[in-house]
Amino acid sequence: MTTTELERLDVQGLVDLDDSSESWHLRALEAEAIHIIREVVAEFDRPGLLFSGGKDSAVLLHLAVKALRPANLPFPVVHIDTGHNFPEAIAFRDRVVERLGLDLVVGSVDEAIASGFIPTPPSPSYSRNRMQTPVLLETIRRGKFTAVFGGARRDEERSRAKERVYSVRDEFGQWDPRNQRPELWDLYNGSIGFGQHMRVFPLSNWTELDIWRYIAEENIDLPEIYYAHQREVFEQDGMLMALSPVMQPQRGEPVVVRSVRFRTVGDMTSTAAVESDAATPEAVIAETLTTRISERGATRADDRTAEAAMEDRKREGYF
Amino acid sequence: MDLLRIATAGSVDDGKSTLIGRLLYDSKALDDDVLLAVEDASRRHHGDYVNLALVTDGLRAEREQGVTIDVAYRYFSTPNRKFILADTPGHVQYTRNMVTGASTAEAVLIMIDVRNGVVEQSRRHAVIASLLGIDRMVVCVNKMDLVGYDEGAYEAVRSSFIPLMRRLDVDDATFIPMSALNGDNVVEPSANMPWYKGDPLLAHLESLPAREGLDSLPLRMPVQYVVRPHREEYHDYRGYAGSVASGVLRVGQRVRIMPSGAESVITAIEAPWGAVDEARSPDAVTVQIADDIDVTRGEMLCEADGGPSMAQEFDAVVCWMDERTALRPGSVYRIKHTTRSAKAVVTDLVSLFSITSLTGEPDADMLSLNEIGQVKLRVSAPLAIDDYTSNRVTGSFILIDEGTNSTVAAGMIGEPGFAFSVPAG
Repeated sequence: MTTTELERLDVQGLVDLDDSSESWHLRALEAEAIHIIREVVAEFDRPGLLFSGGKDSAVLLHLAVKALRPANLPFPVVHIDTGHNFPEAIAFRDRVVERLGLDLVVGSVDEAIASGFIPTPPSPSYSRNRMQTPVLLETIRRGKFTAVFGGARRDEERSRAKERVYSVRDEFGQWDPRNQRPELWDLYNGSIGFGQHMRVFPLSNWTELDIWRYIAEENIDLPEIYYAHQREVFEQDGMLMALSPVMQPQRGEPVVVRSVRFRTVGDMTSTAAVESDAATPEAVIAETLTTRISERGATRADDRTAEAAMEDRKREGYF
Repeated sequence: MDLLRIATAGSVDDGKSTLIGRLLYDSKALDDDVLLAVEDASRRHHGDYVNLALVTDGLRAEREQGVTIDVAYRYFSTPNRKFILADTPGHVQYTRNMVTGASTAEAVLIMIDVRNGVVEQSRRHAVIASLLGIDRMVVCVNKMDLVGYDEGAYEAVRSSFIPLMRRLDVDDATFIPMSALNGDNVVEPSANMPWYKGDPLLAHLESLPAREGLDSLPLRMPVQYVVRPHREEYHDYRGYAGSVASGVLRVGQRVRIMPSGAESVITAIEAPWGAVDEARSPDAVTVQIADDIDVTRGEMLCEADGGPSMAQEFDAVVCWMDERTALRPGSVYRIKHTTRSAKAVVTDLVSLFSITSLTGEPDADMLSLNEIGQVKLRVSAPLAIDDYTSNRVTGSFILIDEGTNSTVAAGMIGEPGFAFSVPAG
């Protein structure tokens, strides 16, 4: 594509949000996601929805509400509280739960450490990325969930690009990428054996840009840190980390105040900010259209550790 | 912006991954950090060229073996269209994964290396795509740079492929000479092939009509879920949630509910964006009807005239997908058809298809992994079916092994869209 065409794409993305013919693809993605959500609710006795407080899970929850209205959501939302979450994400979680009258199930990494379920980390700022996997699996086991919705998208990462919409986890929560079930048309096979559960990804075919366009069209509430704000940050390995009790400069890096936003919201220890003035969904869309750095590459320290970092964590039962 | 789902089939050798890498990069769907990581990994895995296959081969085993094993989904957009590309493996041992990727596609890209001409793998891809009802094929005659962009070499491939297209009754086959490596006729027209008058690939993909014809088919809406809000204000509310598979659903329309055959009138349609007067595929809606009839998941709203056949025995084309077992007459499975499940027994294996010779072997006693054939099924409860060639939603099903819970077959009701002949002798 030529530069002119790219520019045309930018302009198109910005001006036509309200024109329904321009958002036909969003309607198709929305219909697909709702179809998947309804299949799960019809076929599984105990579904749950993994709600991190991030933008993808906010969109997923919005779609679940639409899929089943005017009935209330017939399943709980499940949050794995790593103890390193952004306070804004927790506040957002609580406000959504309150507004929609949802049941909330919390799996807490702090409690799992206190009870000895997982070993005490070597330091308060030690990454809890891998520690949340056993807590997630235990929360699923205790809640007797047979299917859990996740907001993962195939465009995020190349091993996710390979995952089915319905992804079977064995009794240890593991994903077996070499032995995935064929998935044909929109006929999803929800059969599972004892101890297994299904991870279901209704947003599989959405991209970061689709998510933002949908947030803009539907006025979906998000944690405010997704939009530009002034924050104390410091640079570490080329990424801007937010200053917090669990994230302090280790090698005397200077702390500065910058206008930043978060493209993804994970743990404070592993999620970096990007410099930005984008204060509205429309402005975020404009930035997303021009950036040449991927969402996870820009902001996630957890994906940078190895060439197959995500595949390895997913095999263990990660989100 | 609309949406087109496409599938590619082929192996690294055909230049398929290079083509996808270029489509993604040129339409800005591949970010710089991902490309840098691929350049870095190319050096470690293979040596001195940037191997764009490493973008799409997402699993460790695929990168180590240099072969695509499973479907990867990729996304790119132009100003008017979002593309969902199912990048499927080309080798015969991964046929089931190709069928997975192609089952939702509206168009398929078939890769041919101009130096090798039409090999068995290209033929197989075309036949499987055609069986799956994909009647728009784009044949990418690739690596034109290696034959000096010679029109004669391209024409030789084209003319040897056309008889197969005719045989498969493909309406819309387009041939594009290209060099994915150099970008000729991928996004930009090629200056090296002034003799080619057609569009480059991306422009062609943009011009293909999306989701044609579904509105003019008879109404089919399988009920997925019955919405019953347990709240005083919705005391008598019962909403039937489902996706419109074909036809147009209208408020005031008289519908027949299959298989019960009861009739009623649509009184309200709720779309995700609010109440509407009509809905069409792929809308996911919730409808209310005038009469107090007990409608459950697995039933289907159809028009009062022109309903589907109710059948307990039918013919189907089946692609077998299980490596541990084989399909044999007498085997019993669970069938999932639209939102309805039942038991199914294979009463006859009519024919084992040879995908490469387009013949059918009538005396076969089983279908093994990746084999395709014609069977007769009997099911435990009548299903509201259409032929797959007329309706992909109400004509498709899967078979599930109740012992292992695996999806063991993809099924298409009726005869294939083209004939398999009986082998000579």
